[in-house]
Amino acid sequence: MSPSVPLQEMIRAIRSARTQCEERGVIQRECAAIRAQFRQADNGGRSHNLAKLLYVHMLGYPAHFGQMECVRMIASPRYSEKRVGYLGAMMLLDEKQDASLLITNSIKNDLSNSNQYIQSLALCTLACMGSAEMCRDLAPEIDRLLRASNSYIKKKAALCAVHIVRKVHDLGELFTKAARSLLTEKNHGVVHGAVVLITELCERNSETLERFRKTVPDLVQIMKGLVISGYSPDHDVAGISDPFLQVRILRLLRILGRNNEGASDAMNDLLAQVATNTDSTKTVGNAVLYETVLTVLDIKSESGLRVLAVNILGRFLLNNDRNIRYIAMTSLQKIVGTDHNAVQRHRGTIVDCLKDQDASVKRRALDLSLALVSASNIRSMMKELLSFLSSCPPELRSQTASGIFNAAERYAPSQRWHIDTILHVLTTAGGDVRDETVPNLIQLITNTSELHCYTVHKLYRALLSDISQLKVWAPCFFFKLKNVLSAFKPCTYMSVVQVTEDDVLDVLETVLQSHMSFPSTRGFALTATMKLSTRITENVDRIRSIVSIYGSCIDVELQQRAVEYNALFKKYDHMSLFCSAAICIWMHLNNVQSAGLSPPLCGVSQVCDLLDLLGGSEQPLQPSPALGSTAPPMPVSTANTVGGDLLDLLGGLEPTPITPGLTFRYIHTKNYRNRKRLTVYEKDGVTVTLSCEKQSDSGLTVTLTASNSTESDIRGFTLQAAVPKSVQLHMKAPSGDSLPARGAAKVTQMVVLNNPNKVA
Amino acid sequence: MQFMLLFSRQGKLRLQKWYVPLSDKEKKKITRELVQTVLARKPKMCSFLEWRDLKIVYKRYASLYFCCAIEDQDNELITLEIIHRYVELLDKYFGSVCELDIIFNFEKAYFILDEFLLGGEAQETSKKNVLKAIEQADLLQEVRYTPNHSHVWQI
Repeated sequence: MSPSVPLQEMIRAIRSARTQCEERGVIQRECAAIRAQFRQADNGGRSHNLAKLLYVHMLGYPAHFGQMECVRMIASPRYSEKRVGYLGAMMLLDEKQDASLLITNSIKNDLSNSNQYIQSLALCTLACMGSAEMCRDLAPEIDRLLRASNSYIKKKAALCAVHIVRKVHDLGELFTKAARSLLTEKNHGVVHGAVVLITELCERNSETLERFRKTVPDLVQIMKGLVISGYSPDHDVAGISDPFLQVRILRLLRILGRNNEGASDAMNDLLAQVATNTDSTKTVGNAVLYETVLTVLDIKSESGLRVLAVNILGRFLLNNDRNIRYIAMTSLQKIVGTDHNAVQRHRGTIVDCLKDQDASVKRRALDLSLALVSASNIRSMMKELLSFLSSCPPELRSQTASGIFNAAERYAPSQRWHIDTILHVLTTAGGDVRDETVPNLIQLITNTSELHCYTVHKLYRALLSDISQLKVWAPCFFFKLKNVLSAFKPCTYMSVVQVTEDDVLDVLETVLQSHMSFPSTRGFALTATMKLSTRITENVDRIRSIVSIYGSCIDVELQQRAVEYNALFKKYDHMSLFCSAAICIWMHLNNVQSAGLSPPLCGVSQVCDLLDLLGGSEQPLQPSPALGSTAPPMPVSTANTVGGDLLDLLGGLEPTPITPGLTFRYIHTKNYRNRKRLTVYEKDGVTVTLSCEKQSDSGLTVTLTASNSTESDIRGFTLQAAVPKSVQLHMKAPSGDSLPARGAAKVTQMVVLNNPNKVA
Repeated sequence: MQFMLLFSRQGKLRLQKWYVPLSDKEKKKITRELVQTVLARKPKMCSFLEWRDLKIVYKRYASLYFCCAIEDQDNELITLEIIHRYVELLDKYFGSVCELDIIFNFEKAYFILDEFLLGGEAQETSKKNVLKAIEQADLLQEVRYTPNHSHVWQI
């Protein structure tokens, strides 16, 4: 076909423009000329003009003024104009444009044209951009063409029908019969079209699927013909006869054999044959094998065949071609749940793929490796995963970190190993660790009390060496800071290290002053410094000065804390411990709310802090008699149980719907400031305040008031409390157990505390 | 297949075929993002990538990237074969095709594509038949052309 001169000249002109501005100028001129031409009568150059416009459109410039011209061209009797007109329709018109409806009539006429090439233009356009209305209008025409035309048109009509079914699902019924008969044709194109159509019909409608199951023997027959027959030059690709058709048939067989014993049996032999006979040196062969494997794994195949399929995937994993390895891993991912052992055999190769250069392959390898971790291979797998973490691309880091944490939690051979792993992850990728995992870590560290000193030493060392990864694991460290001082005795795991109070304060100060610290990190550091004041005997002044600096900090949160801490220092020296406890709880609540961390678990660490502060003891707390039986399920250690009981304020409190006996518990705090009201809980419209009154040297009365500002009542509301062993608790009866809506009334409850031994 | 894009190494679009209805703006956005993503890949990397909820299969032939977006159930390897088949068709038609051929004869590249794929699926699996159909259509274009016109056809 001869080239279109005007079009090529224009393209040349546009390409020779040296700057964007020049190009725009050329295009504007050309568009103006084209517009003028469109307005003129038929001048024989219409197809060239439209082609020019389409080129301009492809470059990204607006071309909507050509839409009507497309409609006119499609109606033209000249084939050259029709061709370009239809092309323009496919490029410029889509079903969202109104002009698209105008071409429906032209398409209808062209579908009945005597010339098959004109028919094909119409079919192509309908299949590309036909809207639902157009499809409904023209479906009967398509059906007619499916039955009575030559193979050239039939194959196109079949794919057009596929598009129609995708747009208007109900019309599937119309094509079922025709589709069935098309399978018997000799022409590969027609059979291919028929298979695609049947696949589409079966995917949409399960009844149709049942009906088409009867075609399985026919499909098997066709496949056999393709696989066994000799060389057919027309359809051969690298020794495989018509791979496109083979792949489509396999896909249809997959759909038909799923969950059906009979159909699956009928195709077993065929699949085995294809799997063994297909040449896998080229991509083509591998494409067919891949489809076969997918089919075998999806239908109810016999075990021998399944093993064969998994072996093929294993072979794929060893292939040099990255693409093959990638799809092998994708397929293995699908079956790792069901055929776990089979996949385990290839673990070595999969782990090697972690070191591949390609990010897609790495991602797949990561997913698979995490799925393959088990109790027996945890140590070696973890080594691989940790080395992967240090070199993996940034977008995979947080996924890797969470995966490692999960795996470590499930299969950790020992506590120490677990903590080591966690610390390793934190030092390598602390900034990428997801926030939700932090409470788990805190809980874990809290649980392993015998390793506290070891943990703390390690954290301290890490903190000294690299402050950049502070964001997430700073809290872990700081919550345990109080143990640092008590842990300065020689530890079985680490060499003796002389860490003085000054050193610790130095580190904290560095954190506070580092410009890389997040505000939340600084908050934690400040709180930790505060808490240290209860343990440190010599450097209290230094702590005071650190804290008071932040009294004028820009960050409101930090400033508030610093000011309050300062106030504490000034007023309640002798009660510092109590106050610290109270404040710490309050602060922790705020932290938790603002950091959005998972509440119950965070509560655990906070409570344990409280307990530590109050008693400095490692012994588990005895639950107070006031505790109800609706404790949330918590992990085994008693400290945690009590912790969970003591603080579950933020977990799952819902004003509506009300469940009877829904309780929430709060921390019982000791003396804060005389008669001062302190809001300890405010969430979901429920507010609880407490006020303290010191009765005697060892006695304290706390009044708790709860109010509800939501739109509905809360019934069955109870307050519960727990205290350390050394303190006695009497809870008086509450004034009521339902909180009316909108703060209509409040519920109050008095609690008397007695601390006869004046334990700190 | 949802769409096929051909673009140069500088990111210039040479052909775009969309089989799903999208607005012009969306098409431009998708094209821009995808071109950027694919061009950022290194030479030896995998031909498949996941992008949004689609699978992208791409292959580079000389200075042109052929990029297809397929759905979840589609076979990636056979899509590579489809791309290869299309390149072979172009090669046979233009005789040792290069990017310039596709630039200056873009409408013919579309016609060939439309003879090979229909509605996103392969319609003819025989190379010979596709080429024959195009030849016939071209003849039809010539024959129907009315002779009393001032433009001169070049051979």
